[in-house]
Amino acid sequence: MSQEKVGAVMVVGGGIAGIQSALDLADAGYYVYLVEKTAGIGGVMSQLDKTFPTNDCSM
Amino acid sequence: MNIELLTLAEVENISGSEGNFKVTVRQKPRIIDMEKCIACNLCAEKCPKKVPDEYNEGLVPRKSAYIKYGQTVPLKYAIEKETCIFFVKGGNKGQKGKGKCRACEKYCPAEAIDLDQDFQDEVKDINVGSIILTPGFKSFDPSSFDTYQYSNFKDVVTGLEYERLLSSNGPCMGHLVRPSDGKEPKKIAWLQCVGSRNINKCDNGYCSSVCCMYAIKQAIVTAEHTTGDVEQTIFYMDIRTHGKDFDNYFGLAKALGIKFVNTRVHSTTPGPNGGVEVEYFNEETGQRVVEEFDMLVLSTGLEVSKSVQELAGKLNIKLDKYKFAESSSFSPSATNVPGIFASGCFQAPKDIPQSVTDASAAAASASIALSTQRGTLAKERTFPPEKDVTGEEPRVGVFVCSCGINIAGTIDVKALSEYAQSLPNVVFVDNNLFSCSQDTQVMIKEKIAEHNMNRVVVAACTPRTHEPLFRETMKDAGLNEYLFEMANIRNQNSWVHSKEPEKAFEKAKDQLRMAVVKASMLSPLEHLSVNVNQSALVVGGGVSGMIAALGLADQGYETILLEKTDRLGGNAWSLATTWRGEEIKPFLEDLISKVENNPNIKLYKNARLKTSKGAVGDFVSEVEIEGEKRAIKYGIAVICTGGQELKPNEYLYGEDERVFTHFEFDKELLEHKPALEKAKGAVFIQCVGSREPDRPYCSRVCCTHTMHSALELKKTNPQMPVYVLYRDVRTYGAREDLYREAREKGVIFIRYRWKSKPTVVKDGEDLVVTVKDHVLNRDLEIRTSYLVLASAILPADNKDLVDLYKCGLNNDGFLQEAHAKLRPVDLSVDGMFLAGLCHYPKPIDEAIAQAQAAVSRATTILSKAVMPLDSIKSYVTDNCDGCAICVDTCPYGAISLTGYELDGVEHKKIDTNNALCKGCGICEATCPKHGVYVHGFTNEQLKAQIYAALENV
Repeated sequence: MSQEKVGAVMVVGGGIAGIQSALDLADAGYYVYLVEKTAGIGGVMSQLDKTFPTNDCSM
Repeated sequence: MNIELLTLAEVENISGSEGNFKVTVRQKPRIIDMEKCIACNLCAEKCPKKVPDEYNEGLVPRKSAYIKYGQTVPLKYAIEKETCIFFVKGGNKGQKGKGKCRACEKYCPAEAIDLDQDFQDEVKDINVGSIILTPGFKSFDPSSFDTYQYSNFKDVVTGLEYERLLSSNGPCMGHLVRPSDGKEPKKIAWLQCVGSRNINKCDNGYCSSVCCMYAIKQAIVTAEHTTGDVEQTIFYMDIRTHGKDFDNYFGLAKALGIKFVNTRVHSTTPGPNGGVEVEYFNEETGQRVVEEFDMLVLSTGLEVSKSVQELAGKLNIKLDKYKFAESSSFSPSATNVPGIFASGCFQAPKDIPQSVTDASAAAASASIALSTQRGTLAKERTFPPEKDVTGEEPRVGVFVCSCGINIAGTIDVKALSEYAQSLPNVVFVDNNLFSCSQDTQVMIKEKIAEHNMNRVVVAACTPRTHEPLFRETMKDAGLNEYLFEMANIRNQNSWVHSKEPEKAFEKAKDQLRMAVVKASMLSPLEHLSVNVNQSALVVGGGVSGMIAALGLADQGYETILLEKTDRLGGNAWSLATTWRGEEIKPFLEDLISKVENNPNIKLYKNARLKTSKGAVGDFVSEVEIEGEKRAIKYGIAVICTGGQELKPNEYLYGEDERVFTHFEFDKELLEHKPALEKAKGAVFIQCVGSREPDRPYCSRVCCTHTMHSALELKKTNPQMPVYVLYRDVRTYGAREDLYREAREKGVIFIRYRWKSKPTVVKDGEDLVVTVKDHVLNRDLEIRTSYLVLASAILPADNKDLVDLYKCGLNNDGFLQEAHAKLRPVDLSVDGMFLAGLCHYPKPIDEAIAQAQAAVSRATTILSKAVMPLDSIKSYVTDNCDGCAICVDTCPYGAISLTGYELDGVEHKKIDTNNALCKGCGICEATCPKHGVYVHGFTNEQLKAQIYAALENV
């Protein structure tokens, strides 16, 4: 590879998976761009009422 | 702060290659100034334009000025240009102040809306080393299925719509009513596999993996959202509850009286009583049944949307036949493009724990690829030096929040502010519309300096969500962050007492008085941290353990790998191929060679962990290697102790050599193929040792394994009769293709019930299996050459580990993760992670992903030389006499007893470990002598609060 590596990562999609990837990488010393199509992150999980097994709200 | 959130944004283009990509991102304007917006909701309230609310699945409208939901991040409103009256009618046509509507602009109290600006999409190029794609799924649209009348009946809803109907922040505020007439439904049915396992009406041949569980969950929680009795029925093909503790949940549903009917509903028509009538064939009675329900929920499957397919096209990502991102079992997060990784439902339909695990796995892949560049772009926030306030009289500043109308609508905040002024030590009081807004933080900082405050109280909402923000402001103002106190006058007051404003006001006064008294007694707390030993321990040298060790070593962290036997590889040696058909042996040999030759991996075979001391960042253990003891030090540990195949004690196993387990039969398939070619037939019995009272869990992998072996037999000899005796076929995801192929190739599937298990006897030389056929309802006798038992997967014996580290096991003996959904690879002990079969039975691709996820989680600790800790910790006072009551009550093992000598006499007292202590306060509550306190919550501080609360009583 001719170009130098860049210490930043782009995560495309701000649902629970994208949020987890972004958090892990930011905590591990990388700069993260989290790209989300809608006006806020959270994805489908934020639409769920309660989740197994704890039946706590998924907020 | 190292995450830059680009909302309303989409990837347009990409160039460059692995390690150095240039990504072009197009971002739509939010119209509302994020810096100024205080999320007061006035713009949405005044906006006259109603549009369907996507967040509520279109069941109710939202406005053109909106936020997705109350807790959304960022908590800033947006205006949708495409629907907003001002923009639709052509904007200001170049004349400032002109144009239609402008209601939002007029009413915004924060001046966050200026419609006279030129709003254009922003297109920017961003340079990154790796890309992770997590664009998610869309819920299947059942409009095309005329059978279910989704488009015609309002009371036929999708799973996601039903989820919104149940939700407390949904259209019915958590009190379930049916859409057509607003009446409470009393009889609800779920129809499984809508848009999944179907190549007749749609092309989704795969199982969506999550719908059985979501239907069961919805059926269970429905009772909580309705008054009186409700009747719930789930119409299913196979119940697929193959995850950890899922079968217990299924059992609970049955115990609660939820009906499970094994059939596919044939048609739906309007019912005579205003409901929906369904027609189906009851397999047990052999009867045609017509039944009316108040509501139908279609358990719609998961699929990849058109827009995500387009995104994949732009990035040259290969998709499989079902349009999910193609992936391999051995590098599950990789795509066909080096440097671009995928996770979540973009890869395959999966549940939340699996998505979170795979997301961490993708993060690990990205992290390993860029580890030389770690820290080069990440920023660290700096704060001014901390002011020493020791010896100063308390000077308390009080900020009373109106929270829009959330608090001010019930409590007279102006009067409360005046009251605050009268309290001792208070030097400044202010009332803010939103104390948490960005401009208020700037203002608080200024006021702290101006009035020389040394304590701050915010009377607002819950510290759970907002204390971190205010603590940052304290640090910004040069004050110790622990000189701060919150009074929760919203969640604990205005929200719950909205009908009694006068009493609420009195309570707010009490709350405020308590907070001010406590704040006056706070002292600055020392900033704690641990020096991280940036090396790792991995316990177990199976595939999971090796993947974890390599992932850590490849990032430069020294890793000790312990294997209890003399050979790496574990169970993988007994497996021929993955479910996708990839050969395991070459992969395994390559993996072992990489591990053995990695200079950062210290491999100890025949090794056992004997002791463990210390905590996250700084563990010390003794290991015994071939009888010799050795001390090791490490900062984190990954547990991969694996599992094993159950040796059955039924069906003539061990008594007749024609009876095999899966592992044994795989070997037979490899070694004695010629004999198999001549065989009279083969029978597979599923759930041997699984889903039984003694072992109630599903072993997850056996159905797929059976499909694979049955197909191998059919390939060897297409004429051979092959029977599978099953309870529910659980070939989740695209594994369903194997099930379909097996049926196409003539494998015969017979369902049995646990209460009438098959029997196996020897009749002369013949091996005879008898099973009750569920269709004919009579016994079937099968004479067979081979009997393969799909036997359960057992966890390794983890008792010693549990004793050493104080981590937990679930009822089935598998290690218990910290949180089933949000921390699926973390153990409850900080700095410890798990992967593979010790967590739950799983196929090799999932074990690899989980091991990579553990690497990612571990890297968040190992990448820092010093790890900051919260300062709220227990500490010993002079009163401690070493009675040790607290030692046993501490749930985290953070307290130990030590001896010391004073004037030649031996004494005992306790010692607390800051890394282990979580500041829960149980020790302080237990201690009869004030010998142990928690910083920020001492007996004196709490007592003062209580006296303040009772002042007027």
